Amino acid sequence: MNSIIFTAGARILVALLFVFSLFMLLRGHHLPGGGFIGGLIGAVAFIVYSLARGPAEAKAALRLSPEGIGMVGLGIALAAGMVSIFFGAPLFTGQWYWVGGDSYETALFSINSVLVFDIGVYLVVLGGILSLAFAFEEET
Amino acid sequence: MTSWLLVMPIAVPFATAVIAYLIRHSVAGRYVSLAGSVLSLVASIALLMAVLDQGVVAAQMSNWDAPFGITLVADYLGVVMVVITAITGLATAIYALGEIPERLEKLGYHALFQTLIAGVTGAFLTGDLFNLYVWFEVMLISSFGLLVLGGTREQLDAGIKYVALNLVSTLVFLSGIGLLYGVTGTLNMADLAGAVAEVEDQGLITVIAMMFMVGFGVKAGVFPLFFWLPASYHTPSFAVSAVFAGLLTKVGVYALMRMFTLVFVGDVGFTHEILIWVSAATMLVGVLGAAAQSDFRKILSFHIISQIGYMTLGLALYTPLALMGGVFYLVHHIIVKANLFLVAGVARLQAGHTDLYRIGGLYKSSPFLAALFIVPAFSLAGFPPLSGFWAKYLIVKAAIELDAWVIAFVALFVGLLTIFSMTKIWGMAFWKPHPDGIDPTPDRAPARIRVPMMIPIVGLAAMTVVIGFFPEPFVQFAEIAAMQLLDPSDYVTTVLGAQR
Amino acid sequence: MESLTALIVGILVAASVYLMLARNFVRFLFGLILLSNAANLVIFASGRMTPGAPALVPYGADAPLGVVGNALPQALVLTAIVIGFGLLAFTLALAFEAYRRLQTMDTDKMRLAEPEESDEDITK
Repeated sequence: MNSIIFTAGARILVALLFVFSLFMLLRGHHLPGGGFIGGLIGAVAFIVYSLARGPAEAKAALRLSPEGIGMVGLGIALAAGMVSIFFGAPLFTGQWYWVGGDSYETALFSINSVLVFDIGVYLVVLGGILSLAFAFEEET
Repeated sequence: MTSWLLVMPIAVPFATAVIAYLIRHSVAGRYVSLAGSVLSLVASIALLMAVLDQGVVAAQMSNWDAPFGITLVADYLGVVMVVITAITGLATAIYALGEIPERLEKLGYHALFQTLIAGVTGAFLTGDLFNLYVWFEVMLISSFGLLVLGGTREQLDAGIKYVALNLVSTLVFLSGIGLLYGVTGTLNMADLAGAVAEVEDQGLITVIAMMFMVGFGVKAGVFPLFFWLPASYHTPSFAVSAVFAGLLTKVGVYALMRMFTLVFVGDVGFTHEILIWVSAATMLVGVLGAAAQSDFRKILSFHIISQIGYMTLGLALYTPLALMGGVFYLVHHIIVKANLFLVAGVARLQAGHTDLYRIGGLYKSSPFLAALFIVPAFSLAGFPPLSGFWAKYLIVKAAIELDAWVIAFVALFVGLLTIFSMTKIWGMAFWKPHPDGIDPTPDRAPARIRVPMMIPIVGLAAMTVVIGFFPEPFVQFAEIAAMQLLDPSDYVTTVLGAQR
Repeated sequence: MESLTALIVGILVAASVYLMLARNFVRFLFGLILLSNAANLVIFASGRMTPGAPALVPYGADAPLGVVGNALPQALVLTAIVIGFGLLAFTLALAFEAYRRLQTMDTDKMRLAEPEESDEDITK
């Protein structure tokens, strides 16, 4: 796209979208948001970038192949689900470790398998959408 | 710990797919896939042991109690399908070592293949209707990928038809799920069994049942919804078409068997009566279609359709004996049909083509392959003492017990025509001399390709013979499976009462 | 509200069937998209159309306060939309590739996998 306004605006927009996508990912589970939404917004960031600079540069900025990212995400999500085997619980049972308290209200933050699962979902969605978007952009 | 026994047959192929994709550029990818298939088989045999030991096994994912969470459940039918899936998966994974070129491996063949196996296994194990839909989609999307992988013009043509009709069936199935939820307020299959009976307007249930029958019918390839099958199964590589032929349509048959014994049993006189005539038409049309073909794989594709008719007939007659025959038929058919497609691959490798007019002389130059073809081919046609004989015997006997003479006659007549097709392949591919004067000896392919392709054929043929000569334990197994289908109280109580 | 939704579903299905009967694969694809939307709408409507709040549980409560919409069909619809999106995107890519390689979108002319029988084949 040959619009200088769009190209200049895209720089700010991409950064904002990407940060917002991470914010959405991290606030997930207890509040509206999560890996899926975050992944979509993250994908939008890269799509805006590729509209402004062309798919080749967007791919270079991504560094890894989108399919690979998706597959790694699938692996992470699966692994997060499998963690519960060590706690004797069924697959995908969330495992929580609260730091500085014992529940959502009191604790400072928590280490949990749900967030890891969400990160996996984030990567799957990001990789999946981007591989489709790049494929279509290159063909047209 | 039983919950993990149920998870492993699904999780192992998924994990294998991830690893195999990440290292797809290296040769190690194919061995990872092979190792994953072996592990899947181990996992599913462990599950089989648990089921033999405890009866129905169920687990709630994420610790959400049924009917709210996703349930995985294995009864006799489910677990035997899982084991057969793992066996077919292993056989085709070995076969792929020889057949699949590096070019396809780099495109992610093994990852797609393992995802397909995961999807099929998931569909057999899930106890939740919407989850079944998700597994269907996992299975579909990886089968789309496998079908067009390599991207020849024939494959694209076949892919269009396969994708289009399968998507329509999926959407019909999905609408059925929506309506069923609207009527009953639950999607857990065990819970549905009770909830459906309590619905006042049973006519509505019958309408929804018909939507499910159409949706699963397309997947299973019953008359008149099978047109995607002979349009596509002969185009991808042989390992892929073997696994498609063995497993994909059978998932549709399994889903029919599950839904029409567990949930939609309120109006058996109507729904199952339709299914009887659909089965008869499927058997006849499939076998007649095969008689008109002259391509190795196209003949086999049409025979899948005609054999599907026997399985749905087992369900449609709805007696213990018939269902037992249906279950036995499912297991026998997966082994035999996958094997025939694998044989077709070796025949192509040696004689150069799959068009029967353009090959020949295989009996003279490789009698071992000919013997290995005879076993599944005659089993398919129902020759005693091979596995197909017992399968057909059970179904026909069930039909005769119900005084359904027309159906029994159709089943026997179709068996006769199957012999015709099999002898046609035998006569043209094996018996007559090669039209180009080539001597299609096994040495025409290097051993590193040929040996991995022969191993699974030998293995599957041996299984066919074993089932044929010692049918007793298998028949007993099928009998218990049929009992559990007809009286699902064990299934229902295990699912609804199961805690971790 | 329910009857209006039912009507929309009916119109969508009718339009999609009309489109899917066309020989052109792109029209078929559009029909498929409409059918997919109709199916999603059916699921959504099956959860009853209530003027309720989103099914969120506030702090300190064990259950949502007041009337909330049925959350399950919404979750199902979301899943179905995502899966449908993936499948349709794949189909579009496949259609594009098929058009590039086969030079046609007319399904009647796609006879590569199932060639028409010629007299020669039969007499041979």
